[in-house]
Amino acid sequence: MSSNAVSLEKNPPVKLPNEPTITPQIVAEHGLSPEEYQRVLAIMGRTPTMVELGIFSAMWSEHCSYKSSKVWLKKLPTKAPWVIQGPGENAGVIDIGDGQAAIFKMESHNHPSYIEPYQGAATGVGGILRDVFTMGARPVANLNALRFGDPAHPKTRHLVSGVVAGIGGYGNCMGIPTVGGETNFHAAYNGNILVNAMTVGIAPTARIFYAAAAGVGNPLVYVGSKTGRDGIHGATMASTEFSEDSEEKRPTVQVGDPFVEKLLLEACLELMATDVIVAIQDMGAAGLTSSSFEMAAKGGLGVIVELDKVPMRETGMNPYELMLSESQERMLIVLKPGTEEQARKIFEKWELDFAVIGHLTDTERMVLSWHGDIVGNIPIPPLVTEAPVYERPWTLTPLPAVLEAAEAPAPKDWRASLLALMSCPDLASKAWIWHQYDHLIMGNTAIRPQDGDAALVRVNGGHKGLAMTSDCTPRYVQAHPETGGRQAVAEAWRNITAVGAKPLAVTDNMNFGNPQKPEIMGQFAGAIMGMAEACKVLDFPVVSGNVSLYNETEGRPILPTPTIGAVGVIEDIGKSVGSRLTQAGLGIVLIGETTGWLGQSLYLREACGREEGAPPPVDLLVERRNGDFVRSQIAIGRVEACHDLSDGGLIVALAEMAIAGGTGMEIGQPAGNAVPSHAFFYGEDQGRYVIASGSADDVIEAAQAAGVPAVLLGYSGGASLVVKGLLSLPLSDIKAAHEAWLPGYMSATE
Amino acid sequence: MKAAVLVFPGSNREGDVAQAIELVTGRKPQMVWHGDGDFEKTDLIVVPGGFSYGDYLRCGAMAAQSPVMAEVKKRAGQGVPVLAICNGFQIVTEAGLLPGTLMRNAHLKFVCSDVHLKVETSQSLFTNRYQAGQVIRVPVAHAEGNYFADADTLKRLEDRGQIAFRYCAPDGTVNGTGNPNGSIQNIAGVFNETKTVMGLMPHPENAVEPMFGGCDGKALFEGLVEALT
Repeated sequence: MSSNAVSLEKNPPVKLPNEPTITPQIVAEHGLSPEEYQRVLAIMGRTPTMVELGIFSAMWSEHCSYKSSKVWLKKLPTKAPWVIQGPGENAGVIDIGDGQAAIFKMESHNHPSYIEPYQGAATGVGGILRDVFTMGARPVANLNALRFGDPAHPKTRHLVSGVVAGIGGYGNCMGIPTVGGETNFHAAYNGNILVNAMTVGIAPTARIFYAAAAGVGNPLVYVGSKTGRDGIHGATMASTEFSEDSEEKRPTVQVGDPFVEKLLLEACLELMATDVIVAIQDMGAAGLTSSSFEMAAKGGLGVIVELDKVPMRETGMNPYELMLSESQERMLIVLKPGTEEQARKIFEKWELDFAVIGHLTDTERMVLSWHGDIVGNIPIPPLVTEAPVYERPWTLTPLPAVLEAAEAPAPKDWRASLLALMSCPDLASKAWIWHQYDHLIMGNTAIRPQDGDAALVRVNGGHKGLAMTSDCTPRYVQAHPETGGRQAVAEAWRNITAVGAKPLAVTDNMNFGNPQKPEIMGQFAGAIMGMAEACKVLDFPVVSGNVSLYNETEGRPILPTPTIGAVGVIEDIGKSVGSRLTQAGLGIVLIGETTGWLGQSLYLREACGREEGAPPPVDLLVERRNGDFVRSQIAIGRVEACHDLSDGGLIVALAEMAIAGGTGMEIGQPAGNAVPSHAFFYGEDQGRYVIASGSADDVIEAAQAAGVPAVLLGYSGGASLVVKGLLSLPLSDIKAAHEAWLPGYMSATE
Repeated sequence: MKAAVLVFPGSNREGDVAQAIELVTGRKPQMVWHGDGDFEKTDLIVVPGGFSYGDYLRCGAMAAQSPVMAEVKKRAGQGVPVLAICNGFQIVTEAGLLPGTLMRNAHLKFVCSDVHLKVETSQSLFTNRYQAGQVIRVPVAHAEGNYFADADTLKRLEDRGQIAFRYCAPDGTVNGTGNPNGSIQNIAGVFNETKTVMGLMPHPENAVEPMFGGCDGKALFEGLVEALT
């Protein structure tokens, strides 16, 4: 068989019956610019066949090639002693001690989720799960970061409903707890919602699987679902702007089957426990094309794919469709020679397809055969080395003028303003969402959604815990991308810290508009600069990530949204803390400096209707000093509850702690503090935490010694939030306002 | 106590219940693959939660026809205790081991949340460590947990003391507020006539450790150990 195929390889590909002639229009439909097509011709030395053109189109799409973002992504720090694998593999890998590794990544499924919210979101979860278990990890937690349009927009309710059901439908069936995430609403996402899904898995450090193929002659094996016609050219779709006819692209959205993925997960982990795998790669964007290509390219080898051997869902499929289908729940594996039958038995047990569809060669060419004819023959290295890389023009967003506290009015009615903020779409309880996600399966969830700043999941068989979070404040990034990028990383680091864990590494999901516009590319560049600096100062390397560009509809871009997913470790999960205030008599201590920064604050937006000013600056050294201090106090048992200060500032954080734990407090602005009260309580200065402690004096003394600002605000107790001289609100009123908005919104009819 | 936990394609809480059993008994239960109709004799058979066969066709319908369930029915007939949780409850009702059926939640959404349960009787293998009337807190996680049975069946269940747990408010009041899925008469779990088979939608296996959901479910497993060892 193989010698026959090798000899065929020398012949030019045959044209298939009814194969169209390549025209400029066909090239354009494949998302390739005329200049890019000239590169194709130069590499091939002839006109490509349709399937070859399709392969170039997919591999050179923004989604697969990172052609606009590559030069910038290189600026992110990716190394630390605990990093086992940084960007470039299916997911990032970090050492968490005891011979275990955490494997994680976040990935967007924005465009498909807007077109078909249930399936788009579901397959987003399915894809990121595969990225993680491909590397040998059992997934232990999912998170998601969602951004929807204005709640008043006619499509928003339908999108929220479908996306949440889709995420739940997939993750719940897989049996992976969905433990955390974030949900925001803003009119800038009306035509382009964001669905960013993150999976964290755990594997033995000694058994991590990579994609690089090795061993000429080794069999290439296809496992999982059959290939259908769904999702053809999904990667190309995800690389263009939307227009009004985007809904016509519905057939490019894939359909998920979480049941098959569950079987695939178990079968792959069972196979990985044997010693037969050389390399393994899931079929995600651009399906069989990118998976086979990447495996061969990373191994410096060639590959022959016999497309007629691919398990097909329907009759009459052609090579073009097979190479470009994005049917879900499929994997490509290079096996050690002679182990095919051992592997086949495992997949047959799990009732999954298993087919040897080709083998590795030393030609560095991808050769596609179809019933004995060669239908595609592409040199692999130039497709990678000569892939377009753009240094697109960029214009940095200037820093807006700082808004002084006096420029924003104080609330006329403090009670009303707090209730309004606690019930605004961005701050209102998201329980309606996370109650649809199984967040308890596996029995390791120590901090549930809303009970702490980060989710905390026990690592099986020990006392260690993995803390995880996802964060971004898009209005800060919009106002000043560099500050916003820095803040997103800092907030993720702070959230991991607030539960007592040590932050270890980051996965980033860069969601931006059209990179061909200099101001959008400037947002990207600025965000990267800020993130890079924060990751460096906080020892918080980026180990995996994903870029989603062209998030625009009719020329209107989204808010720049570099979502940061982060993971940290706590050695003794018993020492972790949540943010719920459950005991009376605890000192409420504010850590960090409060200047009363109201620019770009949620108070300014929600209470004053203004989105103005410079976002709060992030002093990374202060951030680190304050966070290290808080973590040290948690470690020695002085902290009963801890909450970072972010959206809505101090008073919102206090209200959240109180209603979550059912314990009130009486606090006040410290005597002699000159910040105007509304700025003191609603300002969004960075690097701050509130802690509840039974030994507040000791905490404050230690803070002074460490040079960390710390001040006692008051004590916990009672059933109201009492701010001396300003307000007294029963917790039941705050809770009712906080919890009512989303269920009310979702049950309302148009 | 020797326990066997069934595993169907799509089961996903078999690990959780195995972990709970190991915590209480100190030994791992035997995991039994759905195609294995001839598994080792055990003191307890557990039909775990999950999405057997993807919940396609109807929850539990396909698993109920599997070789292992034919054997479970046989052994249940001989008096071997069966604990069926969540998808397991759906499977055993489909298999005819318990009366009634589980419909789509009344609000049509998946729900994962702690709920409160009122223990209806302590007179069973499964509930002997609880007091009748006691309120316990355990989680649910399902989309099809809305228990239904016709009026005659319900009366028979009531008369014979076959109702194991009802959803309730934290203070034990059995009313609509504590009911997460619309189950008729707030029924969360039922027995067969001999009280050797119990099915319930909530997950006692996810409430066995203080830091991970509390310990209110642990007594169920401890009670089984006491009765079956």
